[in-house]
Amino acid sequence: MLQIRELHATVNDKEILKGLNLTVKPGEVHAIMGPNGSGKSTTASVLSGNPGYTVTKGSIRFYDQNIITLKPEERAGEGIFMAFQYPVEIPGVSNINFLRTAIGEIRAYKGLPPMETRDFVKMFREKQHLLQFSNELAGRSLNEGFSGGEKKRNEILQLAMLEPRLAILDETDSGLDIDALRIVSNGVNKLRSSANAFVLITHYQRLLEHIEPDFVHVLYKGRIVRSGTKELAGELEAKGYDWLKDLPDALTDQN
Amino acid sequence: MDTADTNNTLHSVIEGNYQYGFVTDIEMDILPRGLSVETVMAISEKKNEPEWLLKWRLTAYRHFLKLLETQGMPEWQNFNLPAIDFQAISYYAAPKSKPVLNSVDEVDPELIATFEKLGIPLTEQKMLSGVAVDAVFDSVSVATTFRKELSKLGIIFCSFSEAIKEHGDLVKKYLGTVVPATDNIFAALNAAVSSDGSFAYIPKGVRCPMELSTYFRINAGNSGQFERTLVIADEGSYVSYLEGCTAPQRDENQLHAAVVELIALSDAEIKYSTVQNWYPGDKDGKGGIYNFVTKRGICKGNGARISWTQVETGSAITWKYPGVILKGDNSSAEFYSIAITKNKQIADTGTKMIHLGKNTKSRIISKGISAGEGQNSYRGLVHAGRNAINARNFTQCDSLLIGSTCGAHTFPYIEAKNKSVQIEHEATTTRIGEDQIFYLNQRGINTEKAVALIVNGYAKEVLNNLPMEFAVEAQKLLAISLEGSVG
Repeated sequence: MLQIRELHATVNDKEILKGLNLTVKPGEVHAIMGPNGSGKSTTASVLSGNPGYTVTKGSIRFYDQNIITLKPEERAGEGIFMAFQYPVEIPGVSNINFLRTAIGEIRAYKGLPPMETRDFVKMFREKQHLLQFSNELAGRSLNEGFSGGEKKRNEILQLAMLEPRLAILDETDSGLDIDALRIVSNGVNKLRSSANAFVLITHYQRLLEHIEPDFVHVLYKGRIVRSGTKELAGELEAKGYDWLKDLPDALTDQN
Repeated sequence: MDTADTNNTLHSVIEGNYQYGFVTDIEMDILPRGLSVETVMAISEKKNEPEWLLKWRLTAYRHFLKLLETQGMPEWQNFNLPAIDFQAISYYAAPKSKPVLNSVDEVDPELIATFEKLGIPLTEQKMLSGVAVDAVFDSVSVATTFRKELSKLGIIFCSFSEAIKEHGDLVKKYLGTVVPATDNIFAALNAAVSSDGSFAYIPKGVRCPMELSTYFRINAGNSGQFERTLVIADEGSYVSYLEGCTAPQRDENQLHAAVVELIALSDAEIKYSTVQNWYPGDKDGKGGIYNFVTKRGICKGNGARISWTQVETGSAITWKYPGVILKGDNSSAEFYSIAITKNKQIADTGTKMIHLGKNTKSRIISKGISAGEGQNSYRGLVHAGRNAINARNFTQCDSLLIGSTCGAHTFPYIEAKNKSVQIEHEATTTRIGEDQIFYLNQRGINTEKAVALIVNGYAKEVLNNLPMEFAVEAQKLLAISLEGSVG
């Protein structure tokens, strides 16, 4: 599904990703962990096509297509979704209107007719229930006046509605209390299928207690320095990230 | 993304194209350029006007000259008023084919085609149902639809010229009572040289069954448009009025100095909506209409209501403050406005709410949108007189900025002459951020649509006040206007 090869990327002329490799297959859940500044959020931004980031080298293939030249909305059309670490507020645009527009645009990209209102409403009710998203929240403007937890739940609600093939969750667990974390994780677990994949970007192991990853990667100085199964997350929790400093600079990516 | 990049991206969005810039090739009767007593007399003569009207015009002309000599052009506005050479303008331009009053089907096909191209079908078969249209082309009204249907209810809807002939008493009684010829320099000029416009009278207790509308088209070069609109709603009547306007794309600036007067008698209601889309000039600010308009209504009787809704997307410079004099007790007024400025456009717009009667209420919702190097100023006066016991006003004044090279300014004036008055003022300024655009992009929505979504969301409260068909049009217009504003 996703093959990232030797990816280098800069932001404000500063190189952040320095040869990232990652392969994701349908049905898999990958966790990318690492200390602050290792390039975790940059990875999410580059995958989703944030214009503030420049790819200087390497490739990102998504189902046999190099997506580096695709615009963010085209990547969304291809089925790449990013749950934002800091979802923005857009006053005046209702959640519902926004979702309908987004679904309509993505369907149009795929050459599908607009979704029937009836089907949309039915689907929304279902997903609303899954994320315990009240009518009151649904009726408000997009994220306006939402608490941190409500915003994160809205991200996962959108994920549920847009049904992407690849979902990247950028520090979705940060700022969540235990109840919200459970709701969000439960939502993600329900959405997992053999056809889609998830990349969880997180600083802490906490999220991985709720969403069990198939693979865990440690990102450090812009490349993946270790990969393993979920046990690796436990090890990181116990050891912290300090040991990374002792790694030789020339360490090659083992992924 | 660094700031320079952001600006570039935002820049490229603001260069949408003007769709109505074509010119109609038609034989015209045009007065030579220049302004003098002779010009005023020639216009009056062409229209075969009664003596009193010519006198009124000449008084206005003298006042115009006096203002020009003693005070010069106004300087209080938030922009530098470009020099206007009043002698370089032709004050009368009309298609040679005679206006036909009886049937729209006899109107010059070239004119019918022009209005059809503008989305205003005038022929019987194609007319918009539920909307009666008075089509004004340069200095004259060329067609008015649904006149017969309306006259069955006693509603008069016709061109201003015709009203002078057929309903002289009504015109004489109300003309200049809300916007006197001495009001300001442009109102004085308008009174002196106005050549046509629309007239509507709704009799006592009648609810006008359709939208009345005037569509203004400037076509001729080197000319100005100085139309006059007078709407009178008699006791207990109701009317919804809509005005639209476009002009060809030209390198020189053209002056549009209109006057609109609304009179609402006891318990009458007038809703007046404007979708202003005059040619705004090109991206470097070359050409475009100077839209210097005086619009005012009076709630003359008790319980009268007047509401102004405006969507201002065109013109190089817009200068207008549709106001209401709340004279009758318990009368109320509303002003809803969206003003967009992009490229080098300037808008200095707002309202004047003059509370004179007891328990009068007014509500002002102003939404400015600035993009490119556009400058948007809200200027509003809320005045409550000594006898305006329990007068109330609520003002909300919001500014939306797209990019970092535009400007938004607010100039609220409040005058309260008695202690029972309650006046509230709220204001916000927000910017469409690159992060908001990216968020919507990431959800599959391209940048143009993302901006349209945000802008329409922001403008919703005002758009909701437009008659339905026009709200949809206005929504599209907002999207088109901002096409290219963010990229």
